Amino acid sequence: MPAVTETIDAVQSVTQGAYKYGFETEIDMEFAPKGLNEDIVRFISAKKEEPAWLLEWRLKAFALWKTMVEPTWPAVKYPPIDYQDAYYYAAPVKKAGPKSLDEVDPELLRTYEKLGIPLKEQAILAGVEGAGDTPAEGGRMPIAVDAVFDSVSVATSYKDRLAKEGIIFCAISEAVREHPELVRQYLGSVVPQGDNFFAALNSAVFTDGSFVYIPKGVKCPMELSTYFRINAKSTGQFERTLIIADERASVSYLEGCTAPMRDENQLHAAVVELVALDDASIKYSTVQNWYPGDENGKGGIYNFVTKRGACRGARSKISWTQVETGSAITWKYPSCLLLGEDSVGEFYSVAITNNWQQADTGTKMFHIGPRTRSTIISKGISAGQGQNTYRGLVKISPKATGARNFTQCDSLLIGDQCGAHTVPYIENRCITAKVEHEATTSRIAEDQLFYCRQRGLSQEDAVGLIVNGFCREVLKELPMEFAVEAQKLLQISLEGSVG
Amino acid sequence: MLKIEGLRAEVEGKEILKGIDLEVPAGEIHAIMGPNGSGKSTLSYVLAGREGYEITGGAVSFHGQDLLAMEPEERAAAGLFLAFQYPVELPGVGNANFLRTALNAIRRSKGEPELDAMQFLKVARARMKALSMPEDMLKRGVNVGFSGGEKKRNEVLQMALLNPGMAILDETDSGLDIDALKIVADGVNAMRGPAFSSLVITHYQRLLDYIVPDKVHVLMGGRIVQTGGPELAHQLEASGYGSVQAA
Repeated sequence: MPAVTETIDAVQSVTQGAYKYGFETEIDMEFAPKGLNEDIVRFISAKKEEPAWLLEWRLKAFALWKTMVEPTWPAVKYPPIDYQDAYYYAAPVKKAGPKSLDEVDPELLRTYEKLGIPLKEQAILAGVEGAGDTPAEGGRMPIAVDAVFDSVSVATSYKDRLAKEGIIFCAISEAVREHPELVRQYLGSVVPQGDNFFAALNSAVFTDGSFVYIPKGVKCPMELSTYFRINAKSTGQFERTLIIADERASVSYLEGCTAPMRDENQLHAAVVELVALDDASIKYSTVQNWYPGDENGKGGIYNFVTKRGACRGARSKISWTQVETGSAITWKYPSCLLLGEDSVGEFYSVAITNNWQQADTGTKMFHIGPRTRSTIISKGISAGQGQNTYRGLVKISPKATGARNFTQCDSLLIGDQCGAHTVPYIENRCITAKVEHEATTSRIAEDQLFYCRQRGLSQEDAVGLIVNGFCREVLKELPMEFAVEAQKLLQISLEGSVG
Repeated sequence: MLKIEGLRAEVEGKEILKGIDLEVPAGEIHAIMGPNGSGKSTLSYVLAGREGYEITGGAVSFHGQDLLAMEPEERAAAGLFLAFQYPVELPGVGNANFLRTALNAIRRSKGEPELDAMQFLKVARARMKALSMPEDMLKRGVNVGFSGGEKKRNEVLQMALLNPGMAILDETDSGLDIDALKIVADGVNAMRGPAFSSLVITHYQRLLDYIVPDKVHVLMGGRIVQTGGPELAHQLEASGYGSVQAA
């Protein structure tokens, strides 16, 4: 791929070791009172003008959460989190219906500009009506964006155009109001309120996120994406995303995220639920670039996320691709419930830990229907003092006759202070199922670096090239536009790791 | 072009190069022959700047620059190329991507415009044809799954593309059958000219039938013990290194 060369060029213009999304937007914000209790749950529900059933649903989750304890099994270490010392709702103060760019808060505009979201999109993102119904310049298919700023979705682009195909793409708070029957049917159907500690917390206080519904037989004509931005101090972000692909529908969705550089740790506890019916397919890609903390391990986002997809229909397919470069701590296991016969689950992951970052990530594949198939490709890269754990479960039920799984976990170590751990769990209760697991751990060899440098590449470029090669099987799964971005990120994340 | 004076180097406290004096003027090809363990590969790595070798004495100038003070990539940019005895595999890194990245790094350092993917392919295809390399070698991972001969040809391809002023060939003939040997030799001979010099490190006289050197040096025990014309290689082939020691 020539993209790597472009990557190297692009990266050379970036300041060494800088997290370029670390700025903070100065904007009038509205907060809920600090702390977490039933009143806060009611406050959030009221702010979102939610129906009574959803408030009850939240309160039930909150009651469950109070009875639960934080998981201690992940291979990560952090000081206890004070759940009362954070804001659970923060949103830019809304000015009454801006109609043109001049009327939108210029700080919000500047924020999106700095984050590299195209100008055309900006007009839409900042809440101006009527812009952006034409393909992007250069004839490339536009990408529809839902922008979530702290606790609210500030705008969603290309909604009208998608609506022509019957596709619903909007903020989940809007979906609750506009499509309550769909939300009520599917919300919590894949990740129930009491699924785990962080999912219960999210269910109680989730603020915004995206909602996608692709109707029967529709192939979504453009990439959908959500851009999450944590901006306010001492604020947790609890987003909830729900994607439903009806029979024979297909969609490719991408999530991106950044946050300011701060000394404090901020919590991001999201829940993502995917539902694929007969012959439907969902491709969900993540390029996670939350602030990772500084080189001494100070600050950074705690990314404690529950992502799960249910292949409910026959021959349905859910594919997770993740590139995890940011966050101080990552705790996430995008999983697939393979219920429908011949359904397919895939998990492609690249996780990088540099400096003091910790990642405990992997997947769970539940083979329930007959002839279900899953593929797991995990690439972990550890540098600095980073600790990287792959944790995965492949579970095959007695009814999953002829089920197949293939797992490959590769770890790459850079330096001698970091760690890589692989913890695969395999539970097979079906005699006709076939499960394969391969794992390797390697170092970037001195002779590989020397070979590249002898051919004129700098040390940093050589590391970037070798790491990109190591991750190739995963990166090729990303949508084209984001593959280049991801390659850049990999290299930036590893700057200063060899020397 | 390349001037080595009194070069001494150690590996893990053991002295391997014990004072090497050698000068390769522009446009000349010199062969270095010697038995196993004489320091041939060490010399090539020290010249290319590999880590793990401690220089304990002497100096090397390349185009008048202090070669030993430069980083490996700076030496490459200055026109020093090493064809590896054991070319390294880079899994997942496409050969075309690697070659173009390297070529553009060298071009950048010379202030020349970089080649885009199409321009590069045009140049690379022509070079590959001359080396009888199948085009699919561009698509495969760098040296991954290449046969011994393919790896060596890939080294010569890189040399042809990067067009260095000085190429060190470290036992490029080892493991090659006679056809592959001819192809590699043709590749080197095609570069001969007033601005190209080469140090051909080899065990056997065989390669020197195809790449005829201007001078032959015998390296033994970390020193150049004898220097002569191409006939010296034949003499060694006939009577072995033992005859030199006795001399």
